[in-house]
Amino acid sequence: MSVPMNVSILKFDAVVVGAGGAGLRSAIQLSEAGLKTAVLSKVFPTRSHTVAAQGGVAASLGNSEEDHWRWHMYDTVKGSDWLGDQDSIEYMCRKAVEVVVDLEHYGMPFDRVDNGKIYQRNFGGHMSNFGEKPVRRACAAADRTGHAMLHAMYQRNVKANTQFFVEWMALDLIRDPEGVVVGVSAMEMETGQIAIFHARAVIFATGGAGRIFASSTNAFINTGDGLGMAARAGIPLEDMEFWQFHPTGVAGAGVLITEGVRGEGGILRNADNEHFMERYAPNAKDLASRDVVSRAMTTEIKEGRGCGPNRDYVLLDITHLDPETIMKRLPGIREISIQFAGVDPIKAPIPVVPTAHYQMGGIPTSYDGRVVALGADGENVVVPGFYAAGECACASVHGANRLGTNSLLDLLVFGKSAGDSAVEDLKVGKAHRELPKDAADRARSRIEAIDQRQGGVSVHEARQAIACAMQDHAGVFRFADLLQKGVTRILEVEKMTQNLEIKDKSLVWNTARVEALETENLIEVAKATMISAEARKESRGAHMRDDAPNTPEFPNGRNDKAWLKHSLWHREGNRVAYKPVRLQPLTVETVALKTRSY
Amino acid sequence: MERAAFERLRWRCTRRGMLEVDMVLGRFLKAVFWKCSESEQQAFIALADYDDMALWRLISGRDECEDARLTPVVAMLRECKP
Repeated sequence: MSVPMNVSILKFDAVVVGAGGAGLRSAIQLSEAGLKTAVLSKVFPTRSHTVAAQGGVAASLGNSEEDHWRWHMYDTVKGSDWLGDQDSIEYMCRKAVEVVVDLEHYGMPFDRVDNGKIYQRNFGGHMSNFGEKPVRRACAAADRTGHAMLHAMYQRNVKANTQFFVEWMALDLIRDPEGVVVGVSAMEMETGQIAIFHARAVIFATGGAGRIFASSTNAFINTGDGLGMAARAGIPLEDMEFWQFHPTGVAGAGVLITEGVRGEGGILRNADNEHFMERYAPNAKDLASRDVVSRAMTTEIKEGRGCGPNRDYVLLDITHLDPETIMKRLPGIREISIQFAGVDPIKAPIPVVPTAHYQMGGIPTSYDGRVVALGADGENVVVPGFYAAGECACASVHGANRLGTNSLLDLLVFGKSAGDSAVEDLKVGKAHRELPKDAADRARSRIEAIDQRQGGVSVHEARQAIACAMQDHAGVFRFADLLQKGVTRILEVEKMTQNLEIKDKSLVWNTARVEALETENLIEVAKATMISAEARKESRGAHMRDDAPNTPEFPNGRNDKAWLKHSLWHREGNRVAYKPVRLQPLTVETVALKTRSY
Repeated sequence: MERAAFERLRWRCTRRGMLEVDMVLGRFLKAVFWKCSESEQQAFIALADYDDMALWRLISGRDECEDARLTPVVAMLRECKP
């Protein structure tokens, strides 16, 4: 039985897609302003990927020592390798205190010091006095900050009468002939029913898309649904070449092995059992920065010295450490290695590879959460009715690389500002714009094609093809020849995703159909990433190219003269356009360009 | 268990907030679930309703399960390796 053709229409003031941190935060603003608000989510809200964020949320509260939002701003601009928009960064750093206090009011159980104030701890890259020395800026709730945040904000939404549509998958953005966003089509998994959520404001908070890579720390839910929908609706995707990688994820699984393992004496080895970091970083060796270690690992694998039958990983060896030290100082690492690598690290080394962790780019927005496209003269043009926040959006505060604890801050600040902007916009007039007659056509035809196709490609095969292409050609350390071949390869893979077939044609709880629809979103993100990465002929932040090395003319391979600009990948024609970085903050002087070094 | 109920369970096990939980529950469903007794299946379904953090702490041995009915399945999850 195939999906029924009748489509119900549900009318709301605002529809939020995604119920992680950014979605819940924006929904609070909307519902508490009295707007009839729906939140759609593929999963129960407290099972969103925000739950995995443990480190904390950055805010210059100054509870433990002197701190200032301008110092936080400086660190964030520097972390972004000057690709972040400085108006957005100022906005975020100034708003940080406010959104943390909001969370306190929602009942968030922050760790505290004896005088009752929120406890703050150090986190990499956060410094006082414009880079002088580390500062305690991260606010946390033990090792479950994201978990506590989701629970506090979900309860607040329940109190504010937000209507949740759980286990619904959003399918496509609906724009009217004038380009105004008027709703979103969606499918209820339990019934297979398609509905149109007709709204005056649509807020995307769908998270990242780390599953485009074979090795990713992202949960399976992170399939870039919002980015796929935006791309299909003609919205460009910004700075998609910038992905943060972690050097040591368990090969084949992606689960993180903390840097603490190398701190305790763990050694990276290649297929010849060589301690190869001695060649790349004779002093720091395995404790060199993430970028250096990841690059060395990738070079070893590319040059044929990887381990295993496919020579596609290296080994993290702690067998020389005292087992008691492993148990005492590295709790959980043995269990992770046994669970996900199938090896006891006391007896054998752990297979590891650099692993995708966070997507810096996304749907372009300004700092008020409004989605912006590129105008004819290169200026930002607001897409009416459309807002985005969190990892799916690009405000752009992370630029070419993100500082730890700024991701939770991003989703709080821009979740709130997107909600506030929608509330403000909806004060004008009361009527919904008319839905176009073909509002459900795109979603319906996508589903019909998947349901009716025979002799096509399996979803598993297509996903494997995407993940392998991205890992092979656009990983942590990039090579011009591989990127060029990668563009050809991903466009070939796209043909597979246009020919998906599912064996299960059931109406209710057809997870195969949902996975096929997710795959159609993954391929849009994969193309955006590969094509934008191939086009950017410099190294900057997390985008490191072999042919853009560190030279006196271009320190760290960064070329501000040619490349101090944002990429905007357009689905139509796979065209990459560019727009300038906003170097002027809102109220203070610009953080002047200089070489990024720590 | 009917197809629809199993597919719903599969979705709820493999679309979690944490990758670690996605992987262990998915692996269990594929390799172990259908070999379990009905009471073990019910215990697994009850565990799948736990929050990600709580479930991962149980699977990784950082916490012990206080519900005696669920303890045998927690042990099976800990043993469910690639």
